[in-house]
Amino acid sequence: MARTDPKKDVVIVGLGWTGSIMGIELAKEGLEILALERGPERSTVPDFQYPNVIDELKYGIRFGFMQKPRNSTITVRRNVDETALPMRKLGSFLPGDGVGGAGIHWNGQTWRPMANEYNLRSYVIENFGEDAIPDGMTIQDWGVTAEELEPYYDRFEYMAGIAGQAGNIQGEIIPGGNPFEAPRSRDYPMPPLPEQTDSRMFREVAGQMGYHPFPRPSANASIAYTNEYGMQLGPCNFCGFCERYGCLNYSKSSPQTCILDALRRYDNFSYRVNSEVLRVDLAVDGRTATGVTYWDEEAQEEVIQPADLVILAAYQLHNVHLMLLSGIGEPYNPASGEGVTGKNYSYQMNGGTTLFYRDVEFNPFAAAGSSGVSIDDFAINQIDFGAEGFIGGSYITAGLSNGQPIRGISLPRGTPSWGAGWKQGIGEYYGHAMSIGSHGSNLSYQDCYLDLDPNYTDRHGRPLMRMTFDWKPNDIRMTQFMRARIEEIAQEMGADSWQSSFKSEGARYDIRPYQTTHNVGGAIMGTDPNTSAVNRYLQAWGQHNVFVLGAGAFPQNIQYNPTGAVGALAYWAAEAIVNDYLPNPRPLV
Amino acid sequence: MRTFLKIVGGLVVLGIVVLLAIIFVPVQRTPAQTALAADWQPQEGHGEYAMRLSDCMACHTEEGGEPFAGNRAIESPLGTIYSTNITPDDETGIGGWSLADFRAALYDGVRPDGTHLYPAMPYENFRHIGEEDLRAMYDYFMTEVPPVRQEVEETSLTFPFNQRWGLRLWKWVALDDAGFTPDTDDPVLARGQYLVEGPGHCAACHSPRNMVMAQAGTGAGDDAFLMGGEVAGWTAPPLRGPQSAIRGWTEADVAMILGTGRNAHAALNGEMQLVARDSTQYFTEDDLQAVARFLIGLNEPLDPAAETRDDRVTETEQLLASATPDMDLGARLYLDNCNACHFVDGRGADEVFPELAGNSLVTAESPRGLLTMILGGSQLPSTALRPYRLRMPGFAHRLDDDEVAALASFLRSAWGNAAAEVDAGTVADVRDAQL
Repeated sequence: MARTDPKKDVVIVGLGWTGSIMGIELAKEGLEILALERGPERSTVPDFQYPNVIDELKYGIRFGFMQKPRNSTITVRRNVDETALPMRKLGSFLPGDGVGGAGIHWNGQTWRPMANEYNLRSYVIENFGEDAIPDGMTIQDWGVTAEELEPYYDRFEYMAGIAGQAGNIQGEIIPGGNPFEAPRSRDYPMPPLPEQTDSRMFREVAGQMGYHPFPRPSANASIAYTNEYGMQLGPCNFCGFCERYGCLNYSKSSPQTCILDALRRYDNFSYRVNSEVLRVDLAVDGRTATGVTYWDEEAQEEVIQPADLVILAAYQLHNVHLMLLSGIGEPYNPASGEGVTGKNYSYQMNGGTTLFYRDVEFNPFAAAGSSGVSIDDFAINQIDFGAEGFIGGSYITAGLSNGQPIRGISLPRGTPSWGAGWKQGIGEYYGHAMSIGSHGSNLSYQDCYLDLDPNYTDRHGRPLMRMTFDWKPNDIRMTQFMRARIEEIAQEMGADSWQSSFKSEGARYDIRPYQTTHNVGGAIMGTDPNTSAVNRYLQAWGQHNVFVLGAGAFPQNIQYNPTGAVGALAYWAAEAIVNDYLPNPRPLV
Repeated sequence: MRTFLKIVGGLVVLGIVVLLAIIFVPVQRTPAQTALAADWQPQEGHGEYAMRLSDCMACHTEEGGEPFAGNRAIESPLGTIYSTNITPDDETGIGGWSLADFRAALYDGVRPDGTHLYPAMPYENFRHIGEEDLRAMYDYFMTEVPPVRQEVEETSLTFPFNQRWGLRLWKWVALDDAGFTPDTDDPVLARGQYLVEGPGHCAACHSPRNMVMAQAGTGAGDDAFLMGGEVAGWTAPPLRGPQSAIRGWTEADVAMILGTGRNAHAALNGEMQLVARDSTQYFTEDDLQAVARFLIGLNEPLDPAAETRDDRVTETEQLLASATPDMDLGARLYLDNCNACHFVDGRGADEVFPELAGNSLVTAESPRGLLTMILGGSQLPSTALRPYRLRMPGFAHRLDDDEVAALASFLRSAWGNAAAEVDAGTVADVRDAQL
């Protein structure tokens, strides 16, 4: 009962950040492009319009902009001996839904990885010996370097309009910036956001302790801005509704604010919403894709969409799912370590300390998603892995992102969670707490991976994807190291009291509490088709007309929020396609 | 007595003769103002560009319809006028028209059959279009625009406006001489004047209407030229004089807003958004600059002290920043609804959030445009240089008439604005008109 639509030059799966970037860069070339977005249309007005979007219950608690597990979910288990069960309620991570994808509901921290994160395996072996890598850890090099990607980070940051303070411009260390960052060609396009009270206090103490505080690089605009596509941002008003919400104010970088209306001007580009791609269709010999098959929700039928070039630009989990369903790359086998698709799924190791001050008014309701101050003195390139007994690193950071009433109030442990005691606690502590967080690396392991579930299927009858993941001692040692550093700072900051929350030895992965939507790996990039799913240009090794964008390419997770790297890799791949692939379609490596 | 009746009878007969003459004696059609060689041919793209300069598209294309196939409803003070099909379709369009027919429509407002066109067609201005542009446009419509067979809704105004012969009398009063002679030797200013007075037909909206509903000023020599008018419930602000919307602006500001719909001070609203969408965004940089220079030249230069932006904190800003609970309703509503984008200083942000301090829509004598904006919001057109269709949401669902009146009155008196208060009855009228 499938209909077949006329062939396109390019079909793009997903219209979030990477789909929009690839869409506009390929549209400029005059190609006929169709993007398929499984969620609905979303625009600032009416979908994010004031005051409707300022609704914590609808969007913060009930995940109004997120995927619905009934439409799309995974099964989860912590090791190969367990039977995975479907995730029936979102918790640990929140993939976005609809036009703009997760690009609408992020906080906006926009980082570049440390230079040594791209060649982590080589770096560890060279500096600490192969024995420093524990058994079962499967870290790899990316196959690209910080120098190679610098122009593409620059492009993404200037397109998205990032507010920040450079720390290293072409090798020159700039006071007030991050002195440990890889050299960048020029400063950020916008000055940093104004500093809040908690950030100022953290910066002052961290500076006194000999650390190097700097403003968080932020996709919340500090000034009015126009990017390379003529798209515009207005200055952030610190409304305090960023993460989980679309921005009401044209202030948060997103596909909507930075790309889409410019892209819509190309007659050779079109997109369809409520159109979920079911699989990539391969030629009989399996060596190229012939297009995709998708489910047209409106017509209630399957549609075969032929195309010369297939761009997978969905969320990391869905890209990997489509690859597994379509036979793109050999599925990874944890027992043998062979196969590539689904390999090296990793996540993010975070923790934090909350500080309470009776006499300080933090006014957390006046906040931007990524305003704040960080130090990178314990970054992955600053740590002696041999001496500390772990591989990894973290930035340490302060910055209140909201003062929302349901989720945004920290109370000291022991405060009742309901009734008069709770009310009294709220009265005493609302606006009187700040936190210092660690946002750390999570490395890749032989038995942390993605494959097709043998038991459960989705509404289209396709096997669900199965996630096998748990925390590992190396990363717990890392986060405990960060806990010690943060508590030293907390001690210096003179709070009335403070309390920490870090994963400790024996911690197991729990999908219920929100942790972070930084799922990476599974479609990892590299230099060897036997150990990576895509080459250094994000081109599938086995099907040269399939490119797989997004954080699935990370061979292990970086210590930073991934969007900066995701954006840079999208531009890197787009340039390779335009300059090298289109004139002569073939494997680029 | 008999003599008297004879005189009356004679006058009646004379009147009938004159009336019949007005109706039936063919109109003398204005000839070409410049002689071009018979084999003159426009350069490629000239015709389409002249069409853009004249903005034929906005009025002669229905929302979602085929280009130039007409049938767009134009609300005029006399009633609804439907634009005609100007594609070269032989039956329903202008397929059979000669160059002279085409010129007569633009210069004299008459169709080949002698029917008078309502002055919604701005022949008061188009009669100043040069022969080269006119012939290029004729060539464009006849050879490049695909014919579309589409009958349009017949315009049927109420008596006496349905007596089109009366327009002949009106034209004797309303029309000045055809042709264009610049007031200056400066080629840039002259080009700007031509574009504004001729094809751009700016005066059609931005000049007030006189007693007989004609443009009170069609050229730079007229006192009322571009002194402000109204169109479809929106204010077409004055572009000269003490209330000039572009007072204090630079040439670059004017060129920017025409080219992109937005600049550091303001954003286009109402019908002017269609002008940017279909016309001015296609102007060459040189032409935008020429228009800007001419318009700025119509304004008195500000004294240098006033030209530097006044960064002193206004009383309004102090009031809003204090956020005291006892402030007036209008100020509170501003904080709760508008401040997120337009900020306590009322200055918004360049090209994204318009300034409200000194904003001509806010301070216009008629508050209807401002009320339309508050109730219904507005969306900028996508232009090549600024593709973002930035949109302000409407607040009709959130604010009642009293609240909108309080908010509008606050805006009209904040940050040094000095326009009259608005009452809830006016808000109700505008709200009804929007439904």
